[in-house]
Amino acid sequence: MQPHNNSSLAGNAASQYLSFTLGQENYGIDILAVQEIRGYDGVTRIAHTPDYIRGVINLRGVIVPIVDLRLRLAVGEASYHEFTVVIVLNVLGKVIGVVVDGVSDVVALPAGEVQPAPELGSAVDTRCLTGIATVNGQMLILLDLERLLETDELLVAKATRH
Amino acid sequence: MTTGQENIDLGRFSGVFFEECGEHLQQMEEILVGLRDREPDQEELNAIFRAAHSIKGGAGIFGFELLMQVSHEMESLLDSLRNREIPFLPGLIDLLLEAGDLLALLVEGYRAGEPVACETVDQVRAKLRRSLGHDSAPVAGEVAPEVSAGSGHPPLARYQITFTPPPDTFSRGIRIDGLLRELAELAHGEFDCRAELMELPELASFDAESCITRWHCTLVTTASCDDLYDVFMFAADHDQLTIRKLAAVEAPVRNDPTAPKLPSSGPPPESPAQGLGVQSTSVQRPARGDTAAGPGRRAADSEGSIRVNVAKVDQLVNQVGELLITQAMLTQLSAALDPVANEALQRCVAQLEKNTRDLQGSVMSIRLVPIGIVFSRFPRMVRELAAKLGKSVQFKSSGDSTELDKGLIEKIADPLSHLVRNSLDHGLEAPEARLSGGKTASGTLELAASQQGGRIVIEVIDDGAGLDRGKILAKAAERGLPCSEALSDEEVWQLIFLPGFSTAEAVTDISGRGVGMDVVLKNVQALGGRVQITSQAGHGTRVSISLPLTLAIVEGLAVEVGQERFIVPLNVIVESLQPKAEQVQSVNGKEVVRVRGEYLPILRLYRLFGIEGAQQAPHRGILVLLELEGERVALLVDALLDEQQVVVKSLEANFRKVEGTAGATILGDGRVALILEGGELLQMHKRNS
Repeated sequence: MQPHNNSSLAGNAASQYLSFTLGQENYGIDILAVQEIRGYDGVTRIAHTPDYIRGVINLRGVIVPIVDLRLRLAVGEASYHEFTVVIVLNVLGKVIGVVVDGVSDVVALPAGEVQPAPELGSAVDTRCLTGIATVNGQMLILLDLERLLETDELLVAKATRH
Repeated sequence: MTTGQENIDLGRFSGVFFEECGEHLQQMEEILVGLRDREPDQEELNAIFRAAHSIKGGAGIFGFELLMQVSHEMESLLDSLRNREIPFLPGLIDLLLEAGDLLALLVEGYRAGEPVACETVDQVRAKLRRSLGHDSAPVAGEVAPEVSAGSGHPPLARYQITFTPPPDTFSRGIRIDGLLRELAELAHGEFDCRAELMELPELASFDAESCITRWHCTLVTTASCDDLYDVFMFAADHDQLTIRKLAAVEAPVRNDPTAPKLPSSGPPPESPAQGLGVQSTSVQRPARGDTAAGPGRRAADSEGSIRVNVAKVDQLVNQVGELLITQAMLTQLSAALDPVANEALQRCVAQLEKNTRDLQGSVMSIRLVPIGIVFSRFPRMVRELAAKLGKSVQFKSSGDSTELDKGLIEKIADPLSHLVRNSLDHGLEAPEARLSGGKTASGTLELAASQQGGRIVIEVIDDGAGLDRGKILAKAAERGLPCSEALSDEEVWQLIFLPGFSTAEAVTDISGRGVGMDVVLKNVQALGGRVQITSQAGHGTRVSISLPLTLAIVEGLAVEVGQERFIVPLNVIVESLQPKAEQVQSVNGKEVVRVRGEYLPILRLYRLFGIEGAQQAPHRGILVLLELEGERVALLVDALLDEQQVVVKSLEANFRKVEGTAGATILGDGRVALILEGGELLQMHKRNS
C-alpha cells in the first residue's frame, strides 16, 4: 500500500499502464493518471448516489469520492476487506479513488501492441476503452478513465431545482 | 519622467500603487456623492485634493503621464475651489466625478498595459480647464505654468523652505529630486535650491543609503503655504520642514530680467530673508492628527494598518483550519486516557483548545470587512440611473458597518447592483405615476444589512409599484414555464428567478435583457445564500439576500443517525429535546411535534438520506429544533455527540454538490462528515411529503 513511484520506470516510446484485476478480468489504466494506491477504509456514505459511488474519504485533508469499479463495470463481487485496494487517480482535474480487487503490475506497451477494442457486448461501453492488449498470454483491457468518469453523474451535479 | 530602467525596478510596486489609486478614487467618489450638490466644506475639499494629489504623485514616480496630467488638472481645479478663486457650481461635482472615472479608466489601462484613447482624456481635460475659467490653466508636464498676471490670482510670494530629510528617507522610497521638481513646477520663474551637508561621517561608517543632506530652497510662487506643505506631505513630518513666507511680491516676476536671482552657490538663504524682512515668521502647520476626522483622516488610518495579499490570509485561514482538526483529534485521544494519570496532559489539551479557538477567531476576523465598502458604490449608481430614467430617487443605506467575509463581499456586489438596477428600472415609478398613486414624487431605495444569527441579511427595499402578479403569471405562461393561478404569491415571485424570465416591456440598457434574476439567484446560491422576495402591489418590493457569515469554518453539533454522523451548524439550532410520545401528533397526515404550544414539522433525517438502522420513533431519538428563516422545524436524529468547530471542506472540488448539505468536514477521527443545510433539508422534506 505504498504510494506508487512511477519515476523509476523508463521507456518513452511505450505507454505504461497500471494493471489491476476486477473479478477474473485484467484491466489497465494509464499510469500517469495514478496518484497513489491505498487501502479501503473510512468511507463516508453519501445519500442519493448510485451504488457504485461508495462515498467520500479524507485524503490528507482533501475530500475524495470513491467509485467501486467492480460495481461501475458490473464485474466481480463487491466485497470489502483489509486487502481491498483503492487506486487514487487524477482525472479531469479531479482526485478520485477507484476500488479494485487487486493491483498487479506496471506494464509498458508500445502503441503497436494495443489493438482496438472489439464490441464486447458487456457492461463496459466500448467508448470507454482505449483498446485491448495481450500481456504474458493474458488479455488486458485498457480503460479510458476520462471517458468512463465524465459520463458519470459523479463529476456532474444533477440538475436539482429548489 | 522615468527611464525604462526605473520602470523595471518600480514594476513590482506598481500593483500597490494601482490598489492605492483605487482607494483614493473611491474615497473621492464617496465624498463627492455624499455632497448631494451641496457645496463641499474645506475639510472635504482637502480630502479630495489629497486623493488627487496622491494619485498624481504616484503617477509621476511610475511615469504614467496621462494619469499625472489629468490628476494635475483636477488638483488645479480643486485648489482654485479651495482658495475660493472660482465659485462652486453643482455641475462641478459631476465634472469631478467624470474626471474620477477617467482616472479609474487610466489606472485600469496602465494596469492592463494598454493606455486609454486620448480623445476622452483631452475632452475631460478641456472641461476641467474650462471650469477653471480660463484655458491657460497649468497643464502638467510643462514645468513653468503659464499664468497671466491678471487680477483674481493670489499674489505671488517668496518662500523659503528648509527641508531636513530624516536619515531613512531613501529607504522609505522617497526621492528628493522628485520633490524638488514638484516645487520647481509651483515656482513662478524664480527657484533656487541648495544642498547642505549636515555632517560628513567618517568614511568607514559612511552609509550610502542614509540621507545626510539638508535642503534650502527659495521660490516665488502663487501657491499657498499649504500647497508647499502638500508637496512634502509624504516625505516629511512638520518638524522636519520649515516653510517661511519671506515677502509678498507685488508684481509678477516672471520673465523679469531684473528679478533677483539667487546664485546657487551663494550665501545661505537666511541672508536674503533678513534683507527682505520676514512677514510671517513661522507658519507652523497643525499636526495632521488634529484634523483627523471625517473623510480626511486617511493619514491616521493608514498608520494602523498594513496591506496584505489575500492569498496569504487564505493560507493562514487554511492552516488554522488544519490546526483545528489536529486539535480535535488530540482532544479526542486524550479524552480516552485515564483522567487521573494524565491530568496534566488533559489540562494542556484543554488550554490548547481554548488557544486554538482564540486564534481562529482572530484569523477569521482578518477576513471580515464592512459591507459599507459595497454599499458605497450605490449612491452614485442610483443618482446616475435615476437621472437617466427621469425618476426621482432617494437613496438610503443602513447597517454599513455589518461585517462580512471578504470573499463574500466581492461576490455579492454584482447581484446587488443587479437588484438595485431592477428596482430603479422596474420597481420605482416615474414621478407623475407616483403622484397619481398618492405617493411622494420621489421614490425611496434602501439598502440594509444586518446580522441575524449566524447569517448576514442584505435587503434591497423600494417603495415602488411592487411586483405585478398577473403580469408575471402571463409572462410565465407565455414562456411555457410551469405555473398556474393557484400559486401563492410567494411561489409567483419565485417564477422571476427562472432563466430567461423578464417582464420589462422594453429592453433597456439598464435592465431587462432577460438575464437577470436567475443569475442573481445562482450567484447568491453559490455563496451559500438564499434570496427571498416580499412584495405588495403599490407599496413596494423587498428582496432579501441571506448569506452565511463566513464560508471557511462553522460551529457545529455532531449528531448520529444510524451508523452515520453529521454536523448541524450551531447557528440554526434553537434547542434539542427528547419529546414525549404524546407530543408527537399528526396534522393533515403530516407529522408534527408540539413544543410549548407550537406545532413543528418533523424532518426525519434517516428518511431524507435513506439511512438504515436509525431510530424511527421520535420519542426515543432526539429532536433538534432548527430555525430556518423564520420557519421552525424539528430534525430527528438518534443521538447528539459533541459540539465542535469544523472546517468546511469542499465536496464539489472532487465530487459534486450533495443536496441537503453545505459541504463536508473532517472529524477528529479522520473520517468525513457532511454538514447539513437546514434550508435544503426542508425543501427535500416538502418535496417528499
